[in-house]
Amino acid sequence: MSVRTLPLLFLNLGGEMLYILDQRLRAQNIPGDKARKDEWTEVDRKRVLHDIISTMFNRKFMEELFKPQELYSKKALRTVYDRLAHASIMRLNQASMDKLYDLMTMAFKHQVLLCPRPKDVLLVTFNHLDAIKGFIQDSPAILHQVEEIFRQLTEVKCFFLLCLWQTYGGLSAGEFQLIRQTLLTFFQDLHIRVSLFLKDKVQNSNGRFVLPVSGPVPWGTEVPGLIRMFDSKGKEVKKVEFKHGGNYVTAPKEGSFELYGDRVLKLGTNIYNECRALTFSKGPQDAQTSVIYITLREEPFPPNFTGIFLWEAMKSAWLLPT
Amino acid sequence: MFRRERSIPLRGSAAALCNNLSVLQLPSRNLTHFGVVHGPSAQLVSAAPEGVPLAQRQLHAKEGAGVSPPLITQVHWCVLPFRVLLVLTSHRGIQMYESDGSVMVYWHALDSGDASPVQAVFARGIAASGHFICVGTWSGRILVFDIPAKGPNIVLSEELAGHQTPVTDIATEPAQGQDCVADMVTADDSGLLCVWRSGPEFKLLTRIPGFGVPCPSVQLWHGTVAAGYGDGQVRLYEAGTGTLHVQISAHARAICALDLAPEVGKLLSAAEDTFVHIWKLSRSPESGYTEVEHCHGECVPDTQVCGARFCDPSGSSFAVTGYDLAEILRFSSV
Repeated sequence: MSVRTLPLLFLNLGGEMLYILDQRLRAQNIPGDKARKDEWTEVDRKRVLHDIISTMFNRKFMEELFKPQELYSKKALRTVYDRLAHASIMRLNQASMDKLYDLMTMAFKHQVLLCPRPKDVLLVTFNHLDAIKGFIQDSPAILHQVEEIFRQLTEVKCFFLLCLWQTYGGLSAGEFQLIRQTLLTFFQDLHIRVSLFLKDKVQNSNGRFVLPVSGPVPWGTEVPGLIRMFDSKGKEVKKVEFKHGGNYVTAPKEGSFELYGDRVLKLGTNIYNECRALTFSKGPQDAQTSVIYITLREEPFPPNFTGIFLWEAMKSAWLLPT
Repeated sequence: MFRRERSIPLRGSAAALCNNLSVLQLPSRNLTHFGVVHGPSAQLVSAAPEGVPLAQRQLHAKEGAGVSPPLITQVHWCVLPFRVLLVLTSHRGIQMYESDGSVMVYWHALDSGDASPVQAVFARGIAASGHFICVGTWSGRILVFDIPAKGPNIVLSEELAGHQTPVTDIATEPAQGQDCVADMVTADDSGLLCVWRSGPEFKLLTRIPGFGVPCPSVQLWHGTVAAGYGDGQVRLYEAGTGTLHVQISAHARAICALDLAPEVGKLLSAAEDTFVHIWKLSRSPESGYTEVEHCHGECVPDTQVCGARFCDPSGSSFAVTGYDLAEILRFSSV
């Protein structure tokens, strides 16, 4: 299978995790002045997201991630997210961590399955990265050495983008097809039913995703329904239409693969909002629903200066145009 | 018009590969064999005409150096003049079995010597040509194995160079009698098609360039190449010259399988858009050009199809596999 798949798997699952944690923390949000010591505030929420983002984009970890390698086993990958989720002042019990991981994996499985072209998984990745930008903007200002931030800024921005473009910038359609097959193999036989997906008719009650047969065709594909016949000189001699069975239209435009741009594709954007509770069921019948619940760590957590430097650097990096 | 027949259950779901269904029709024994790749294992099922499963067997990729169990890329029955062999390709090499999968008769380990660390190494694309079995590889090379009438003395007789990117599929047809007629076509990830004449030494006759889109599946019928592409197109070329004769905007997603019912000139195309289409190929008596007519379209709801084959020589029944689906779906005409 493709040895270039792990960064995409990690970044996209990480992105989904941030969406879900953000939604849960907002749902559990208490206004700052009214909060007790054990309750969540807006500042706490931003702190958690920043700490996780800075851990995700840690340079040493990125170097390791982008090395050509087979995918981690399901168990090993789950451990990585366990650690990542606990990189800050947040704690999740085992059941909540299970639910978080189930939702992350089903969400990304859905995105990979519905990608119009195999290379559109890069657009999904960009959607996640664009959203991560938003999480680290408007942060409370934390003042530290300016020179240190400038140094980190150039390093981190250049390094991360370099990794991404080096790995995926020159890949052919065939290589993206292999990456897609590798991802689908990883997600094979996962059919956990998610109430949000069931409600939106994105998933059937048997856990299988709905594959629409209408809408825009992928960029570069023609709307099915035409047979064209040519003579030996290449001149068209006959044109016949046939009924395809779907209801497709031409793609309006191609999504942008640049650092900034309109991705066009909605897969990988944040589908969770405050009004929706996240619940799950695993069995054939609707099991008892449970909700991801996040608590504060019991023991005191030391301030993470490295993490703060990194997210300040990341914040400035993303805000600067190329 | 086609109707759904009884499905054949599988022990494991089908993997998201192309050409992920092989069918061996044995009308004299009233049996049909099906082969599907699950991942690190492949499943063989024999069924009676009504689809009643009779026997199952699982085959695994031969272990080699490496952390995780190797994945199988394709399983395919090769019908040779005096025997039928089952061929299994994986990320380690090529395994050949007796047709029921009971005994492995040959193992060929892939040489990954000149692969860069970022390249995946695997074999993919299997076809029988006379008494040869041809298998494609990740480097683009085609391995030609000479198969004796019986026994395990299989020999790698030739390595064909023609492709620069991983081979996706190989198709053959019995030589039509004349000397310099094409009887094999090979396809790759860049969409390039190579047309060959088989023999003690295989000869490259024509190259049909791609257009930046993979060609996952290819068929050959009476000197016409039928190729299915990653952009949903099916194109028909004259094998000898490479001239394009028919272009069909057949599917809205990548095509994953093509099959032929050669006696009646029927072509089956299946794609990730959940559709299976049947086409009738013919030659216009006036112009002599290849013509295509659409016969039937079938939607397999919410299923990313990964394999499709006709189940009888007249093309009146076909079977389909889908990613994540633990059954073989069957359709027959009414």
